[in-house]
Amino acid sequence: MTVSLPTVVVIIVLGLIGIGIYALLTTRHLIKVIVALQLLVKGAMLGLVLAGHLTGQQDLGQSLAITVIIADTIVAVIGMALAVQVRRVIGTLDLRSLTSLRR
Amino acid sequence: MLHVLIAAATLVSALQAVRAARLLVSALWLAGTSALVALEMYLLGAPEIAVIELSVGAGLVTVLFVFAINLTGEENLDAKRMMPKSLAWGLLFIAAGLLLYFILPEINQVTAGQVFGSFPEIFWADRQLDTLLQILMIFTGVLGVLSLLSEQDSHRPLSNKEHGK
Repeated sequence: MTVSLPTVVVIIVLGLIGIGIYALLTTRHLIKVIVALQLLVKGAMLGLVLAGHLTGQQDLGQSLAITVIIADTIVAVIGMALAVQVRRVIGTLDLRSLTSLRR
Repeated sequence: MLHVLIAAATLVSALQAVRAARLLVSALWLAGTSALVALEMYLLGAPEIAVIELSVGAGLVTVLFVFAINLTGEENLDAKRMMPKSLAWGLLFIAAGLLLYFILPEINQVTAGQVFGSFPEIFWADRQLDTLLQILMIFTGVLGVLSLLSEQDSHRPLSNKEHGK
């Protein structure tokens, strides 16, 4: 059985998005959350490039993907700056400790 | 065949990035995933993005990760979870099922559409507002990096004594 190229790439896209969502749902570590977001966004970006490849509009796909790369990098940078400050002020990177509401 | 190998390697390194107990190892696996995604993009005929992804995704972000981990230190929270594993798997299967249901039957029937122009034309002329917003975002990122770097001045071991300050 031969697998077509779009199917293989869709499997990568879905795999990355799936791993990203699962990690986002389960992890409590602030930096691991950023790792999960990065994986998720990489999947979405590959999806954009695949869409461009399939429809023959590679340049449109690329120009959308560049926006995603920039937004994603900024999110990571801000998240890490936040993590450093949170660690300094609260003393832990556990997301549950961030809330001031008692459960 | 090459694509299948890249797919397997990408998914394995993504899994390892999530599963690794040490944050530093996790960041390195993430860099590997990024490099493999960049390779796949290059093979799909998007070299410009592949280069940017390789330099930014695998280079810059990894350096920042190592820097941030260095500042915050390792903290093992793997045993604690945000929600039960079964619930997370359930939500994941629902999401994946919906995506597969909508995407997979049509993915091999997509045909080429109208071409809008070259990469610089689209980027600089058609999407001017986006480009401006990106410049704004880059400034935000610079502020974030400054905030990260300013931590070096007060470089001292972080202790739990500061808790609740």
